[in-house]
Amino acid sequence: MIDFAALKRDRRAALAATAGLGVLLALAPFLIGAAAGATWLRILDFALLYIMLALGLNIVVGFAGLLDMGYIAFYGVGAYLYALLASPHFGLHWPVWAILPTGALVAGLFGVLLGAPTLRLRGDYLAIVTLGFGEIIRIFLNNLNAPINITNGPQGISGIDPIHFGSVSLAKPIDIFGFSLPSLHAYYYLFLLLALGIVFVTIRLENSRIGRAWVAIREDEIAAKACGINTRNIKLLAFAMGASFGGVAGGLFAGFQAFVSPESFSLMESVMVLCMVVLGGMGNIFGVILGGALLTILPEVFRHSAGPVQQAIFGKVLLDPEALRMLLFGLALIVVMLYRPAGLWPSTRRRQEFKGSAA
Amino acid sequence: MPFSRVTRMSLAVAAALALAACGDKKEEPAAQAAAPATPAAQPEVTVKLGHIAPLTGPQAHLGKDNENGARLAVDELNAKGLEIGGAKVKFELLAEDDQADPKQGTIVAQKLVDAKVNGVIGHLNSGTTLPASKIYADAGIPQISGSATNPKYTQQGFATAFRVMANDVQQGHALGEFAAQAIKAKTVAIIDDRTAYGQGLADEFEKAVLANGGKVLAREFTNDKATDFAAILTKIKSKKPEVVFYGGMDSQGGPMVKQLKSLGLKSVFLTGDGGCTPELIKLAGAAAEGQYCSLPGVPLEKMAGGKEFGDKFTAKYGQIQLYAPYVYDSVMVMADAMKRANSVEPAKYLPEIGKTEYQGVTSKIVFDGNGDLKNGAISLYQVKDGKWEYLQTIGGDAAADAAAPAGDKK
Amino acid sequence: MDIFIQQVINGLVLGSIYALVALGYTMVYGIMGLINFAHGEVVMIGAMVALTVISMLSDSGLPGIVIALIGLGAALPVCMGTGFAIERIAYRPLRRAPKLAPLITAIGVSIVLQNLAMLIWGRNYHAFPPILPTSEHEIFGATITGLQIAIIVIAALMMAGLILLVQRTKLGRAMRATAENPPIAQLMGVDINRVISLTFVIGSALAAVAGLMVSANYSIAHYYMGFILGLKAFTAAVLGGIGNIAGAMLGGILLGLIESLGAGYIGDLTGGFLGSHYQDVFAFFVLICVLVFRPSGLVGEKVAERA
Repeated sequence: MIDFAALKRDRRAALAATAGLGVLLALAPFLIGAAAGATWLRILDFALLYIMLALGLNIVVGFAGLLDMGYIAFYGVGAYLYALLASPHFGLHWPVWAILPTGALVAGLFGVLLGAPTLRLRGDYLAIVTLGFGEIIRIFLNNLNAPINITNGPQGISGIDPIHFGSVSLAKPIDIFGFSLPSLHAYYYLFLLLALGIVFVTIRLENSRIGRAWVAIREDEIAAKACGINTRNIKLLAFAMGASFGGVAGGLFAGFQAFVSPESFSLMESVMVLCMVVLGGMGNIFGVILGGALLTILPEVFRHSAGPVQQAIFGKVLLDPEALRMLLFGLALIVVMLYRPAGLWPSTRRRQEFKGSAA
Repeated sequence: MPFSRVTRMSLAVAAALALAACGDKKEEPAAQAAAPATPAAQPEVTVKLGHIAPLTGPQAHLGKDNENGARLAVDELNAKGLEIGGAKVKFELLAEDDQADPKQGTIVAQKLVDAKVNGVIGHLNSGTTLPASKIYADAGIPQISGSATNPKYTQQGFATAFRVMANDVQQGHALGEFAAQAIKAKTVAIIDDRTAYGQGLADEFEKAVLANGGKVLAREFTNDKATDFAAILTKIKSKKPEVVFYGGMDSQGGPMVKQLKSLGLKSVFLTGDGGCTPELIKLAGAAAEGQYCSLPGVPLEKMAGGKEFGDKFTAKYGQIQLYAPYVYDSVMVMADAMKRANSVEPAKYLPEIGKTEYQGVTSKIVFDGNGDLKNGAISLYQVKDGKWEYLQTIGGDAAADAAAPAGDKK
Repeated sequence: MDIFIQQVINGLVLGSIYALVALGYTMVYGIMGLINFAHGEVVMIGAMVALTVISMLSDSGLPGIVIALIGLGAALPVCMGTGFAIERIAYRPLRRAPKLAPLITAIGVSIVLQNLAMLIWGRNYHAFPPILPTSEHEIFGATITGLQIAIIVIAALMMAGLILLVQRTKLGRAMRATAENPPIAQLMGVDINRVISLTFVIGSALAAVAGLMVSANYSIAHYYMGFILGLKAFTAAVLGGIGNIAGAMLGGILLGLIESLGAGYIGDLTGGFLGSHYQDVFAFFVLICVLVFRPSGLVGEKVAERA
């Protein structure tokens, strides 16, 4: 195992670890693609999207302590914005570099829209209102095909332009100096780049005045107000920041899938992203990354193993593998929370709080 | 110190990657475990067919039904012992669950492509079929859906996309005609469940009713998980339409019919294939008597081999839920194309699918240029004595052909 | 006018069903401050068990009401056991954990129960046998069935019973003490583990009754039915002020009326721009408005100013 203390002490070791990580991340698609096939690469791409979502929600739930159960709405807003601006539906074909920032901006505005009426609410009351907000957005996406057809209703929008830069489309293998980069690999690098960007922004935010203000609100809103923090603006900023990350992830999703429909933005998705944040370790960026990756990959691991493992042990499939897969997933949620109530990788501050209150 | 953060992050990512790697480790014994199951005694090729439908979640009952239809077809083909390209062919079904979620639809589609399947049957929902169809098209793998009815599916220009069921436009049109001409209704109320299927069908029905000079008095909506329809039915009651049309599934249609009667509406109830099941009668009870529904294709009893299929399916898996016969036909169409091409290679037999002329258990299957069913026939039924009884078939040469049993093509 | 009365009756029936489920939610919340997300699944288990027993007995020639009571008799212990087990396994070890931890285990329990039910009862929808008489009554030109009247009455009776239990009995006093401050209650000789277990058992018994009534009224049961029902009931409980028993009833009835009148009249109110597909939007909009002006629900107590 890696000696943590040594890494902390030794700059050179830390640099080496960083470089190693960089190489690992860069080679990951080729390693995984060769060892496990394109399926796992596609899963990895989705894992990166969910990591972005979890990081966004982490700002609202983990940093500012506001329980948001309708977060997937912002993902939906970003996805539909991409779909509307780059598909035959309206005949618009905006370039990606224009759509993604627009998506972040619009989703951020929706975040403020959600935040404004809920400033006075806390805890479970906030949860139900955000949940309602998420459902309202989904219902509008599902129904705005009449009287004016905006979202094409339940049919969804198909034929969305794949993500492309100039004439280079990520949907086809890209030729770089005679070397062909497959589509899933290209998407991986794009998603990785944006996810790293979001990680960077989050880390900088966490240690900034704003980040400390969020923590202050989470710990004690009244005391924070007394200290001169403008709690209204700071809370709205948390909603807007979180939402804009969701908007970016949504745009990427639309370009990646080339199809969006309202069923991708159901309440269950919001709940899953919340599970990622809490299970990974609320407030800790690395925990949240771990949670996002784990909850995207785990069901797929069960999918690949539920049938064959039974076959190998009992010689036949005793339990319906699909039901078993979801059973195992539910059990995993319970077991992880029972043994790591503060999450798999809690933030140091939270861990101390937990120890303090439990003692 | 920023470095400690970075290193911690590296651990997080490394853990995530390790997890991904774990996944494939578990996959390997799976492949080995599957191998001994197919003893290679004589020269034979294994043809892998993928099947995708939701097997968990609210639509799981339909998904399992589809899978059973495909299983029956595969078992029959194996029992018959086809020979293609000089080798004995053994069909193997890889059944996957997409939970009716478009994202998971693409993941399992990729899994099938990685598993190098020779063809794909599915998916059940249009929402998962659409994004997945691109993955199959890129991989050159033929796909036949027995239940995705969104017209867009075959309009994307993919040579690999086919369906053996009339799309929403064809069926909605036939239903509208039936309401106006056979029931002679001048006024209708329309309800849909705001799913891609229900809304698509209801919109087409509305168009057909208007084209036939009918009037739409109310357009109401529910959702695919609702059980209480009292409010919208009460509103419809005040408008007194002759027909209430519902675009949606039997699980809502059944309780809806029941509530329609108990609220004292005098209108007759008409619905599409989603409600055309014995389940609807079971859920609606006595209130189902006299109501109408439509089903693409021709009744099983009227088709060569149809009754046989129905009996075999019921004996093995219980009552047919809905789309199993269509999925059964999809598998047969694929096998038929392989036979004619004398190859199980997707690239070689794909062109043959387009030339299909197959007498299936649901109708005579001929594809148009897009991969849609040519002249899809629609049959109408009415509940009499607690059973769906066949009334008539609208459109399609298939109806005429069906009368003459189709010889050796079964 | 009779149409309006019919809509009000529709709303009352639907609202009473929400209230039946919401009472169980609010009871657990009132004592523990915990949203028992798995409550909807307990309702589903109740419905499925009752339906299985009733289907077996439907040809026995016994009077319908007796069969229904036997079905309920079977569903009660199963639900109570389930509720007891859920609390023991998923909530008790986390009593001092961060607030969101039990929320995640609740979601886990919910997924487990759903898929267990799918394994046991299969994926198909089940029809509820028509054993109860479907007598229809006319009130000002509107119709209501005997069963629907029973639902409204039972919901009201259960609410009254719960209020009596909490306000007038020794157990109720222990419950209120536990809700107020668990450690102090324990010092005063209250066995809080027992009280919390009992709370779950009682809440689950309510779920069994709700499950039977819901599946009998709509004559349908399915392993997925708990999710939406739980969600609506949770909304109702919050609308009334979660933790408050009378509030759950009020919130349930209000939500039912809002949905029913919303679906019936939203089209006319907005000049045909919005139709009944915006029924849930309308309901959530009312909820948000109520919470903006009364941040702790209609009759809820003021939330303590600490997180």
